[in-house]
Amino acid sequence: MVHWSAEEKQLITSVWAKVSVEECGAEALARLLIVYPWTQRFFASFGNLSGATAIVGNPKVQAHGKKVLTSFGEAVKNLDGIKNTFSALSELHCDKLHVDPENFRLLGDILVVVLAAHFGKDFTPECQAAWQKLVRVVAHALARKYH
Amino acid sequence: MLTAEDKKLIQQIWGKVGGAEEEIGAEALTRMFCSYPPTKTYFPHFDLSPGSDQVRGHGKKVVAALGTAIKNIDNLSQALSELSNLHAYNLRVDPVNFKFLSQCLQVALATRLGKEYSPEAHSAVDKFMSAVASVLAEKYR
Repeated sequence: MVHWSAEEKQLITSVWAKVSVEECGAEALARLLIVYPWTQRFFASFGNLSGATAIVGNPKVQAHGKKVLTSFGEAVKNLDGIKNTFSALSELHCDKLHVDPENFRLLGDILVVVLAAHFGKDFTPECQAAWQKLVRVVAHALARKYH
Repeated sequence: MLTAEDKKLIQQIWGKVGGAEEEIGAEALTRMFCSYPPTKTYFPHFDLSPGSDQVRGHGKKVVAALGTAIKNIDNLSQALSELSNLHAYNLRVDPVNFKFLSQCLQVALATRLGKEYSPEAHSAVDKFMSAVASVLAEKYR
């Protein structure tokens, strides 16, 4: 099991308390699609993804980004049970959605950059390290049921 | 490859952090050592505490190299040729580490620029860092 120090838990929950899942979720997903355009392969049904402006303004991207980050919040609420929390979602992404788990890692790194832009100086190296660990653990949990 | 728009954005971003480049270099390294502790194995002879002379000195070098790359953005291979030799034949740093530094540099930029670190700028910087990493790794074998 992943071990979280008291300091890591504090750094994660204190940032999370100030995160708007709507705003940061939409922004993280939009940036994923812009910075790594090949990730658009999973979103053929989302309509206009032609260019940064269209992606940022796309309501389906915004709604899905919120959904993704809301789900990510389950990890924050239960840091010691991340594997189990994402077990069903891992099966879904493997069996039904056929998403390459590399995409979870890319989204995790993007989310960290989004948080850095939001929190500025408060997003210290220690805070980043705790979040990099969290996005890594979540990506790993989401990749766990692949077979 | 980098589009004309990407190149413009990279130069703009670099211009905005003008004056704080060295600080950003040291901060990116400190963030890398903190988030990716295995990267410290390449610096056994360094005092890696944040703000140490060696971290600052090395941050300055990294940023100077990136500055050179930005000035010669249409010819990265040639501009970074010596550095590429150094990484391939002397330092032998596993190329996966270039990604970690890229992530940490981007976080350092994002904390300073906030909203100005737009999706387009983010994309341009990520592409640029990836291009620099390719050049540094191109002579490995």
